[in-house]
Parts: sequence; structure tokens; C-alpha cells
Amino acid sequence: MATAPQTQTSTPVLTRTYGIIAEFDTPADAMHAAEKVRDAGFRKWDVHSPFPVHGMDAAMGLGNSKVGWFSFFGGMAGLTTGMLMIWFMNGFDYKIIVGGKPLFSPLYAFPVSYELTILFASFATLFGMFGLNRLPRLHHPLLRNKTFRQATHDKFYVVIETADPKYSATETRKLLESSGSKHIEMVEE
Amino acid sequence: MAEVTTVKVQAPPRELEREPLVLNNRGLGWISDKIAGIAEGKTPRWWWPAFIISATVMTGMFCCIAYLFSTGIGVWGLNQPVGWAWDITNFVFWIGIGHAGTLISAVLFLLRQRWRTSINRAAEAMTLFAVACAGIFPLIHVGRVWLAWWLFPIPNANSIWPQFRSPLLWDVFAVSTYGTVSLLFWYVGLVPDLATMRDRAVTKVRKFAYGLFALGWTGSNRHWRNYEKAYLLLAGISTPLVLSVHSIVSFDFAVSQVPGWHTTIFPPYFVAGAIFSGFGMVLTLLIPLRSICGLQDVITIRHVELMGKVVLATGSIVGYAYGMEFFIAWYGGNPYEKYAFMNRAFGPYWWAYWTMVSCNVICPQLFWFKKVRTNVVIVFIISIFVNIGMWFERFVIIVTSLHRDYLPSSWSYFKPTWVDICTFIGSFGLFFTLFLLFMRFLPMIAIAEVKGVTTQADPHHPAGGAKGGGHH
Repeated sequence: MATAPQTQTSTPVLTRTYGIIAEFDTPADAMHAAEKVRDAGFRKWDVHSPFPVHGMDAAMGLGNSKVGWFSFFGGMAGLTTGMLMIWFMNGFDYKIIVGGKPLFSPLYAFPVSYELTILFASFATLFGMFGLNRLPRLHHPLLRNKTFRQATHDKFYVVIETADPKYSATETRKLLESSGSKHIEMVEE
Repeated sequence: MAEVTTVKVQAPPRELEREPLVLNNRGLGWISDKIAGIAEGKTPRWWWPAFIISATVMTGMFCCIAYLFSTGIGVWGLNQPVGWAWDITNFVFWIGIGHAGTLISAVLFLLRQRWRTSINRAAEAMTLFAVACAGIFPLIHVGRVWLAWWLFPIPNANSIWPQFRSPLLWDVFAVSTYGTVSLLFWYVGLVPDLATMRDRAVTKVRKFAYGLFALGWTGSNRHWRNYEKAYLLLAGISTPLVLSVHSIVSFDFAVSQVPGWHTTIFPPYFVAGAIFSGFGMVLTLLIPLRSICGLQDVITIRHVELMGKVVLATGSIVGYAYGMEFFIAWYGGNPYEKYAFMNRAFGPYWWAYWTMVSCNVICPQLFWFKKVRTNVVIVFIISIFVNIGMWFERFVIIVTSLHRDYLPSSWSYFKPTWVDICTFIGSFGLFFTLFLLFMRFLPMIAIAEVKGVTTQADPHHPAGGAKGGGHH
């Protein structure tokens, strides 16, 4: 959550720096910068954009997302829950014979189990996505930076954390400058 | 690479460019300024009267419901053999309207119809509010509403569980799952836009409220990667869901033995009708909104035209289903079925049947003409007829099938009471109240998604900054 605007000092005093941010005007510029950062072997870095940029995952060297596994197991859990619940309620705990039909059959249990499959899969997808993204979080150093607010508007940012083993105060800045950023800033923790 | 080649990336020739989804070459910033501005700016003057009228009508509905609860189902016009009348008609009407939202957000997403981005947020909100209206009617029609919880698998004093062979119970699960999943999908889509609202907020309250619900979204590409996958999966999950919901609603009728209800065509026919009615309502809502809020560059004439085409296609499917029902009633050789259908068209409710046919089958055929599809006034009028026609469809199916029982001594003619009428009108009050609140506080167009379909967002397009040596 962004709070009071912070004075923008380029020389951090006492406070630890979180990282260096470089601003870009177009998705293409940010993508070329991302390719450079990726090839330089950085680990703790990211690109922030107002919308998902097509091709950025490859430019950052990211693989496929793992959210699908959550959906799959959520769906399986829903189907199993539905079938077990209906078998327990109508076929085991309180048996009612309807029209001489078997007490339990997966056919009549299917519509409800199908809906539960979908319900559980959706929740698993949602929570899986937020879990993988380590969200929700109510505080982030970047969100206190005033410039960075443009990241949800129309600017693109490449962010490299100081915690990255490859980070160097001068070299990293040079790398970002050479990739065409017109505005580079340090962000405090 | 030895030789240095400078490949200039150029915009594709004009004839190969698609009509842009955002007109007048608006920039990325313009999109957030325009859309967020609607929710941030001063309350427009028309909003308050609209809100007060809607809220009053909604209150009328709650008074009718209080009267119903305190007195009993007898305050409605229904009686044996017409045990279901306006209550279930309204339920199916509203739940059907909801289907367009999910179709736009999920099915059109899977089909890569990028034009959906400018209408999906409002359509999904419409879904949620329509499902809220729909949920009221089955709840209040049970009579002793304080026992409605018996529908849920909760142990009660007699240790009896719900009977899962009943399609009415399937309906409980289908509709509650549908409402929940629609809410999740809508919220996932909202998160990046709530972050935009948070970063633009000037007051502390707004910053806190939007910030809380934005969950700390920073637009990180590592997050977008999971987000996009989750969005795709939710779209994939919602597609079978939306098809199942109206199929299960149709099972309420089709699984019974009543002539006129007991037909296998019902599930696909109901789903097509639901999408038809929902697109009608989307057009009814968005055509006035786009001119009031000045969104003609985002919700373009092309959008209106494409929705008109969907209305035409689904309306034709519905017309085909009406014809096929009649054919099977004759071809099936069942005298009861045959009577039910002859009675529908030429019996005491002939006026309802022919209203339905004129509104649903004849009216949308005008959309074959491009001149009609691109004239927003005519499209708006036709969309109202679609809404009327689809309400009558459910009325015709429910009431005409019930009012002629097997014993002629039980035959009757259903007439609504003032409570029936006010409850139904009141549900529109609820719908519009919720929609007005939504457009006042939330971005009613998916900002991030609309940005994503502009040429400025494409890193391989000159507008997106592509310069030379085009590769990747």
C-alpha cells in the first residue's frame, strides 16, 4: 500500500535500498532490457507492466506457470467430495429407496459432483495463483515509491533487487542505462 | 551474425490491419484516465435520480417479500394446477440473463475474441447482479422460507439428508456454484484494475479501500505469468459451468413427466435462449452507458454490431427450437404432448405465445441488415424486445404446460396479483441499484485488458516501440 510520498533521494542514507528501477516508455523497450538482464544472469529481478506483455515470459526466461496443478487437484477433490457425500447421505447414512432403484449410482450423483468439481477447481485456481504470487501482501517497498505508481498506468519498469548476488551499484546501473532507460532510480526498503 | 542488417519494422498495410478495438489511436494512459475517471469523478447529475428510483423500486420488492413471508404463498396468483408461475419464470429469466456475462468473459476468451475486453467487466457484473435477482425467487417460492436450509446438505433434527435424485437439488448446487465462480472470476479480473485505482487515489479512504482489495498487486511479470494462466483456467472451468447451469435449470422441467416439459431438446435450447436473453440485456445496459459516459472509443459501433450478430445467431437457434418442439410433438405421436403444444399456440394463452414468437424469432431477424446492426437506437429497441420475449418464453413454458391438467375439472387460468407484479418489477430495482453502485465505485471496463489489446501494447508493432531487427 502506498502511503505518504517519500522524498526522492538518490543517495540512500541509513535506510537499506531494496533495488534499482529503470523506467521504459514502450513494451518493446522493456522487453529488450529484460533480455539483457536475463542474459546477464540476474536472479532477483522483475519487469512490471500495466498489462501482461506478450512475449515477456520468454524475454525473462520464465517457464510455464504451475497454477494448472492446483486446478487439477482441486477439481479431483471436488468430484471425490461430491460422490462420497452423496453416497454417504443417500446410500449409507439414511437410506431411502426411490422407485426401487439402487441406493447409490454415480449417474444421479453426477450433476452435483460435477458442480462441486468446478467449484473446488475454481477456488484452488484462485488460491493457487495468489499463493504462487505470495499475495496478498499489504506492504511492498515498490508501492511506497511515487514514480513506480506509473507501473499500473502507462510505464514499464525493470526492477533489480540489491539482494541479487550479481548486483553492483555501478555495473547494474550501467546495464540499465545502456538498454535505453531514461529514468533510473533507487528504491528504499 | 556477420553482416549487420537493419530491418525496419513497419506497420502492416492498411488493408491488412484489423479495425482497431480502441478508436482514435488512444494511448495507454488515456484508457486508465478515461475509465477510472468515471468512478473517480464527481457523481454525474443523472446518477442520483436513477439511484433513488431504483432503490425505491427495490424497497418495494422487499416489502412484497415481507408481506409474502408474513401471510403465505396465497398472496400470489398461483394455485393448483399452476403451482409455478411468475416466481420460477422470474428465476429462469434472471439466471438466463446472467449467462451472457460468463459467455463473454469465458467462452469468447477461449475463442480469442479480443473485442470482448471492452464489455466483459460490465457483463460479468451484470451476471452477478442477475444471479442475485434470480436467487431470490426460488428461495421465496418455497413457502416456509425458514426451512429453506433443508435444501443444503446440513444435518437437521430428523437426521434426513436432501434427496440427490431430485433435479431441484441439482439446481441448488448449480446456481450457487455459478454465483460463486462468477464472483471469483470477476474479482480476479478486477485485481489489476483495483491496483490502478489505488495508485491513482487521492484520498486516504480510497487509497486504503482500493489498496486492500488490490491485495498488493504490483503488475509484476512474474505475477502476470501465474495470473494469466489462472485466468485462462478459470475461463476453461467457467465454460462447462455456464453450459451446465442452464442445462440443469432445464432439467427442473425436462426430468418431470408434464407434457410440454418432458422434452430432450430442453438443455441446448435453454442454453441458447439464455445467451440470447443475456446479450439482449448487455445491449440494453451498455448502449445508454456508452453515450452517457462518453465511451464510444472503447465500446465501438463494431462491438454493438458483433453483439447484434450473437443475438441473431442465438435468436435463430431459439426459433429453430420452437419449430422443432412443435414438429416432435406431432411426430412423436403422443396425444398429450400434441395437445400441450396446440394449446400453447392457440389456447387461452395464445397472446403470450405469439408475443414470444414475435419478440424472439421475428424481431432479431432484422439483424441480418448491417444498417440495423449499426444503428444504436434500433439495436437498443430490439434489445428491449428480446428481454420481453425471453420473459414470455419462460412464462409460456411454465404456465401453459401447467394450466391444463390431465383432469379437465382441475383446469384453470393463471392471473398474477399485484404482489406478483411488484415483486418482479422490484427485482429490476435491485438489479439497477447494484449496477449503479458498481459503475460508481469500480472501473466498469477492464482497464488492463483493454490496454493489452491496443497496438501500443504490442512489442512487435511500431506503436509498441518495435524498432529494428524484429525477432523473438
